[in-house]
Amino acid sequence: MSIPTKEEIYNTLAERHGAELQKRLSESSVAVCGIGGLGSNIAISLARAGVGKIHIIDFDKVDISNINRQQYFMEQIGQYKTDALYDTLKKISLYCNVQTDCIRLMESNIPDILKDDDIICESFDDADSKAELVNCVLEKMPEKYIVSASGMAGLYSANAIKTRRITDKFYICGDGKSDVADGMGLVSSRVMVCAGHQAHMIIKIINKDFEV
Amino acid sequence: MIRINGEKVNADGKNISAILADMGYSEKRVAVELNEHIVPKVKYDETVVCDGDNLEFVHFVGGG
Repeated sequence: MSIPTKEEIYNTLAERHGAELQKRLSESSVAVCGIGGLGSNIAISLARAGVGKIHIIDFDKVDISNINRQQYFMEQIGQYKTDALYDTLKKISLYCNVQTDCIRLMESNIPDILKDDDIICESFDDADSKAELVNCVLEKMPEKYIVSASGMAGLYSANAIKTRRITDKFYICGDGKSDVADGMGLVSSRVMVCAGHQAHMIIKIINKDFEV
Repeated sequence: MIRINGEKVNADGKNISAILADMGYSEKRVAVELNEHIVPKVKYDETVVCDGDNLEFVHFVGGG
């Protein structure tokens, strides 16, 4: 089987998602900030759905300790995550516009780096960095939607992970409490549940369906 | 009385920094919404809550 044309894959997705949603997805731009356990899974979901532009941002390299839950391959250990995930996203969806920034996001550069994206996905692992990004976007870029995550560590119930709408532009997914610092690590399945919540809310926002 | 994350609390006249400290939250790991508007971090000290206010603390824990 040869690689489908842009039109073939678009029509195939539109058959499944509906023409209107597919048009909205193809015209949307999502920034995925942090492409570890959450962000790598989220970016893949968005690419499969046909999101037009995916902007992946991370400063880190793939490490052996990432393989338990992050969407990287053993052969990619040592590569920058932005380069490794770029390759994977292009394999899934050759026509997706994937933009990469191999940089650490901080208050001073967030407004410039994220200025062209409609929806911001917070998928960091560090609690301080999560709060910094969310507060910066809400304060300085009030026109953007932000979908964040807090609490997905351990082997607790998958059903404890929820999506909550905090303001008209701010959503948060997770159980709100299971902290990786409390002992039990991150398990692929539960991280994927949370990533699924985030990706799903992003797709709903793209479809102008703002209810959780 | 005000509401914090849906629960009635007697914190009238206190500023947000003091309420966060009382509840054991780190200012570096929260987002604060007062009556459905985000409160900028630089305003935690000067923002005083009063009767009927609705305060929401979003607390970030590590993992991702």
